[in-house]
Amino acid sequence: MTTGAPLGGTTPLIDAHAHFYHELAGRSDWARVNAARFRAGDAMGVTYHIASVLGSYGHTSPTYFPSPDDVTRGNDAMIGIAADEPDRVRWYVAVNPNHTAHALAEIERAVERGAIGLKLLASRRADDPLLDPVCAMAAERGLPVLHHIWQHRTREWPNQEISDGRDLVRLAERHPNVSFVLAHLGGGGDWAHTLPAVRDTPNVYPDLSGSGVDRGMLDAALDALGAQRLLWACDLTMETGLAKLRALEVIGLSEDDMADIRWRNAARLFPAGAFPNCTASTA
Amino acid sequence: MIDVAAYIGPFPFRYLPHPDPDVLVRVLEREGLSGAWVGYLPSAWQRDPAPGNAALFAAIAPYPTLRAAPVVRPDWPDWQRTLRDVVDKGAAAIRAYPMHWGMGPHDQSMRALALACGQLDVPLLLTVRFEDLRQRSALDVAGDLTAAHIRSLARAHASVRLVVTGAGREMLEEAHWSLTPEEQQRVHWDFAWIWGPPEDHFAHLLRTVGPERFVYGTHWPLRLTQNSRANLDLLPPELRTVGIVNAESLAPKR
Repeated sequence: MTTGAPLGGTTPLIDAHAHFYHELAGRSDWARVNAARFRAGDAMGVTYHIASVLGSYGHTSPTYFPSPDDVTRGNDAMIGIAADEPDRVRWYVAVNPNHTAHALAEIERAVERGAIGLKLLASRRADDPLLDPVCAMAAERGLPVLHHIWQHRTREWPNQEISDGRDLVRLAERHPNVSFVLAHLGGGGDWAHTLPAVRDTPNVYPDLSGSGVDRGMLDAALDALGAQRLLWACDLTMETGLAKLRALEVIGLSEDDMADIRWRNAARLFPAGAFPNCTASTA
Repeated sequence: MIDVAAYIGPFPFRYLPHPDPDVLVRVLEREGLSGAWVGYLPSAWQRDPAPGNAALFAAIAPYPTLRAAPVVRPDWPDWQRTLRDVVDKGAAAIRAYPMHWGMGPHDQSMRALALACGQLDVPLLLTVRFEDLRQRSALDVAGDLTAAHIRSLARAHASVRLVVTGAGREMLEEAHWSLTPEEQQRVHWDFAWIWGPPEDHFAHLLRTVGPERFVYGTHWPLRLTQNSRANLDLLPPELRTVGIVNAESLAPKR
């Protein structure tokens, strides 16, 4: 447990892009990594981690192309983690849209167990029609969709079918009632390509996660999209999340803009009442 | 604490907001840093380093907390004279970019530069990368510095001292554990690109390689200066009080 004021400030803070591991994920230190996320989250003042489990993370099927069985086992693990940590964990159900019937059934099952969002990996390009049934179900259920994105797709990369901002925009335009969280603006590729690609598609919301901490990225994102379109998040590197929080403070955003990025945009996108500790702390 | 990995000047592949020395000085003050070794960013891509070095010394002259880390290119005519000149002018370290110059791990001119720096008791400052591999311009083809380069130079002579910036865990571990204990002691690393929690690569390296191998680098103006501080702040509680090395002690006295 951390003592003292949170490093990331005292107002609510939602990490919109987190991951947890489990015993079938092929690494012996999975529990240590999960504990480290909570340790760092507590130190920073993370109110909620919105997380997903990506199948077996490559152990028994590829991370970005998980088998149906691994998808189910991963979501089961996520259900368990959320049940153990009801005050600080919310979750996305992860599916592989190549297996449509399984994906739809998994979404149904997960929503009944408390999922508040849908996680799409890089199992199929974002503008592929196979994503339409799962996005239609996301619309019915009021689930935002977090989509893995490569910022500017210039070629194929191994072990994933990457999509970029333009690909996601085509999907978002077909599903205007779904909010799409564009994953990790700082997570590789050229973020400067993503910003103009999504600017005119109001249901696309980049998250700020990723190991990239390029100077100029946050300023450019704010200029292009405004604070109401951006979600704070960490993904695999929480120190970059803290650095971005501190950089946003230096930029000098208004209190309202900071609150939007820290948590209010997430509270607007996800189902009502998903984050009672945020609303309670600001009541 | 000083920053060993700061630059001034523009970057060829994307716009950098105000990469100027007066701004750097304000940023260092804001971050609680006492100074920086400063390189001239365009020099990595310019064939002749002399104009960039001249621009660097002139630009930072008004700022006593900034010390030059000029470039010496060991395949350039009369580089030994250049080295002596820049050390006489107060260089804190010598920058070299073997990947940008097409020099392999066993390049004899790089070895000669390392030896010459060792004789003058000035650290040789090496950069693993400027940007993430996944976002590089198609024209930025140099590739990341390799562990083979590091161990080759570290093994060149007992007087050689290296400061390596921008390494990740895998490359750092390969280089470190391929050296003898005596050789390891002559290599310092910054941790700007090393992952913090939840993977905790930085914590792991502090436990295994040791805090005495690490110096502070920000990679300003390419990266957020807040990142290195955040990495220290998010260490597990038992590691938060470990002391890394202030690189001021590695530079030649003024």
